[in-house]
Amino acid sequence: MTKQILISGFGGQGVLFTGKFLAYKGLIEDKHVSWLPSYGPEMRGGTASCSVIISDEPVGSPIVSKPDILVAMNIPSIDRFEDSVVPGGVILYDSSLIDRDVKRSDVSAYGVPATKMASDNGIPTLANMILGGKLLAILGEQGEEGIRAALAKVISAKHADMLDVNLKALQLGANA
Amino acid sequence: MADKVLMKGNEAIAEAAIRAGCRHYFGYPITPQTEIAAYMAKRMPKIGGTFLQAESEIAAINMVYGAASAGKRAMTSSSSPGISLKGEGISYMAGSDLPGLIVNVQRGGPGLGGIQPSQSDYFQSTRGGGHGDYHLIVLAPASVQEMADMTVKGFDLADKYRMPVMLLADGTMGQMMEPVSLDLSIAEAPEKPWATTGTKLARTHNIVNSLSLVPEELEKLNNARYAKYEIVKKNEVMYEEYMMDDAEICVVAFGIAARVSKNAVVAARKNGVKVGLIRPITLWPFPTDVVAKAADKAKRFISVELSMGQMIEDVRLAVNGKAPVELCYRVGGMIPTPEQVLDAIENGGAKE
Repeated sequence: MTKQILISGFGGQGVLFTGKFLAYKGLIEDKHVSWLPSYGPEMRGGTASCSVIISDEPVGSPIVSKPDILVAMNIPSIDRFEDSVVPGGVILYDSSLIDRDVKRSDVSAYGVPATKMASDNGIPTLANMILGGKLLAILGEQGEEGIRAALAKVISAKHADMLDVNLKALQLGANA
Repeated sequence: MADKVLMKGNEAIAEAAIRAGCRHYFGYPITPQTEIAAYMAKRMPKIGGTFLQAESEIAAINMVYGAASAGKRAMTSSSSPGISLKGEGISYMAGSDLPGLIVNVQRGGPGLGGIQPSQSDYFQSTRGGGHGDYHLIVLAPASVQEMADMTVKGFDLADKYRMPVMLLADGTMGQMMEPVSLDLSIAEAPEKPWATTGTKLARTHNIVNSLSLVPEELEKLNNARYAKYEIVKKNEVMYEEYMMDDAEICVVAFGIAARVSKNAVVAARKNGVKVGLIRPITLWPFPTDVVAKAADKAKRFISVELSMGQMIEDVRLAVNGKAPVELCYRVGGMIPTPEQVLDAIENGGAKE
């Protein structure tokens, strides 16, 4: 079983962080994982994305060109990657920033107003993790132990106080 | 996998270098390898090492020359245009028989090119890169784990043969994160009686120099160096064979191109195509004998590269006319997809 995930949004929305969290969660669960960011000028204010692969097999190419799951956090991301999702795949998007429906009818689409929810709940920087929570719910992967362990890996010791709000964001997403 | 951590390829190189005993890093920032310098800047001061951001790439490689002359494990890192600048210093190191590690996290060229991944410095790396007759040992990792392992191996080989070693990666390998075990096997650095460590009035002067004005002498030095290269060719070739046992089609690819190709080989096998992969890990010395042996059975070869076709020349030399060798490539920072490689395997005549 191999899951190819593409997370995309504006630089600063935390798409790389969410990807890293998912990769670490896979690593903790003894999966083969890879994480590959887009890098370069497009990171400065433009669209940032990262490829995450979580698999029972060793990972070949780390580049996700045909995602099983697309997480889109802005309009340029959904415009650019919607067509690349495999038939039967998942498109999860921030419906507070993407004010159009998913055009594809052969994928499962989930709109979550993550940015609005984050703002309403006093965690305005964590829309990414609200979507992350929804993604784990869609995948049926909500074991809190693995989630906590992965968060502890991606949140540096200096910011340890951020662990609980990240958990809260994941929970909000899971219930959305 | 409990003992594994997620690291970027660039970070894994830096950490492995420190664990291998490198305490002298000299560099100049350039995308996509800057994490190596950043990591060294953070760690070296804490462990009594030297991190120095030089005024240029040329300065940095000459600082490596200096530290290596004094018998220390030293390294520099850069990306393609920066490596060209280092060419003179690398040639001087080769001419002075100095060990050292040079990391090239390649980007698209020529010229300033772009910042996305490339493998178009294959010629430059495997043919020396600077002036004069010389080779580098060129290591081409294809995973973050190998980035770490080959860094350690690189220092060992450099010391063993007294020659500069290049670790040839690309932007993808540098930027991607994968689980890596840092439980690396580190050998003691050998004694370096030739190093300029001060005579303490107990021995004659050691001289590290590439200047030799007497032609007869310089010829001797070149011949001796090439005799050494023959030993390297005999002993140090590294490669991986994947599904080659019954392969009628042989894909040859290194680094990121090999990972993409592996996906394509798996997909083609599912379709009943007898295809395998040879992945050179040392680009110099190239696994010529392995490719030559494969040519006894395989009917077609495909060289998959992020260049206009550079390694394909070594593949053709090894195949030696026994089978056609095709090219499958993308350039300029683009990477072939597994589908493109699969199409090349199944339909041949691989083009961009």
